[in-house]
Amino acid sequence: MKAYLLLTILLASLVGMSGCADLKPWVKPYERSNLADPIMSLGRHGVAGSYVHHVYQAREGARGAEGGAGGGCGCN
Amino acid sequence: MVVINFREGMPFFKVFFTLLITVNLMAQSFNIQAGTLPVDTVDSLYHRYEGGGMTIDGPFILVRKSVGNQFSLSGHYYVDSVSSASVDVLATASAYTEERTEVSAGVDYLNEKTLMSFKYTNSEENDFTANSAFFSVSQDFFGDLTNLSLGYARGWDDVGELGKSETEDADRQIYQLGMTQVLTKNSLFGFNVETITDEGFLRNPYRQVRYLDTTASRGYSYQSENYPETRTSTAIAMRALYYLPYRASIKGEYRYFSDSWGIDAHTYELLYVHPIGAKWTLEGRYRYYSQTEADFYQDLFPFLDAQEFKARDKELSTYTDSTLGAGVSYELGQGVIPYIDRFKFTLLVDYLKFEYDNFRDVVAGENSPVGSEPLYEFDAWVTRASVTLEY
Repeated sequence: MKAYLLLTILLASLVGMSGCADLKPWVKPYERSNLADPIMSLGRHGVAGSYVHHVYQAREGARGAEGGAGGGCGCN
Repeated sequence: MVVINFREGMPFFKVFFTLLITVNLMAQSFNIQAGTLPVDTVDSLYHRYEGGGMTIDGPFILVRKSVGNQFSLSGHYYVDSVSSASVDVLATASAYTEERTEVSAGVDYLNEKTLMSFKYTNSEENDFTANSAFFSVSQDFFGDLTNLSLGYARGWDDVGELGKSETEDADRQIYQLGMTQVLTKNSLFGFNVETITDEGFLRNPYRQVRYLDTTASRGYSYQSENYPETRTSTAIAMRALYYLPYRASIKGEYRYFSDSWGIDAHTYELLYVHPIGAKWTLEGRYRYYSQTEADFYQDLFPFLDAQEFKARDKELSTYTDSTLGAGVSYELGQGVIPYIDRFKFTLLVDYLKFEYDNFRDVVAGENSPVGSEPLYEFDAWVTRASVTLEY
């Protein structure tokens, strides 16, 4: 139940944020050089990253929401 | 594949079976950002896990190739060669060796800032077959500062038992929501939530629980486990990545997990990445995990058939584990190797320590009074050596 409560709060926050019509992207494309650095990737290690998730899933009761990717500059 | 006289055990592998396809699909699909197709690549890994009486190693190869500007095809081949003499196996059976092979085929389709991915995976082992299909949609918006992804997967398992011709079914559905948000020109925030529902035969057909038995010479006997036929779990994770004032990054991560079997878990991780020049990158990480036990778990049941659902799988008990990891990467860019845009070699080594609060070592405590055996603990080394070629 705690998980659902937390999720509800987060989703409600997102919906609330969407009401801010004046909100504009605040990081300009020319300001994203640091974000574009490979060290700012959430999934730098490809299959090696996938494998270590396997190790944990096999050894631990918890599962899911490993994420592990995304990141970068958002300048595609 | 050779199996040497085992009747019980394989805790590592069975959980592995149940979950690996799921994770594999997720992890690889989440490695894709919307707005661009994944890069053409050959990613090859040698992996090795050694600890707790088990050695598991093998190759993991992923090949990806784009077709035109909108499609990218991928496939992977993964092998686990298992040699096990874990505490579960030694308690009631003999060491065994075994092999599992997994293959997949996938396609990604890009339409402007929307990326759709589909993947089908098959896993085969001598007494277990798993198939899974996965679909996800990922979209960039808000000036490309936000990425949202939705995923759904369905899995079908056939669980067999050596010596028996009939198999049991286990089905799984997975729902995922992911978001990555650029916060500032130096920081990112990621959020993931995932719900998984399982239905069917969810236990290990070989594993047993022990119960007090005064007629037995050692004071206890074994009987088969019995699990509920449904399980629903939810995991919520938050991660933040920060670019330090000098060229290095630090990542913090927290995950909360809860399921209908009564397990609550917390995971914390800290990662530091430090490049040296253009070619070398060093990294170090620490991860801590803790969980409570399932409602129907006991290390020692008071008598035979003490309750309907019963488990003595140490992965369902109360315990903690911690990881200390280090890695080094060497990278070459375009123009160094003909036809290769990027070459990267990575070596990652992790040390894991597991300490159980309610799982006793009946092998080491052979001469201890029943129920007073030492609590089980073990450590493990995980090694990953990979070569990635982008072309």
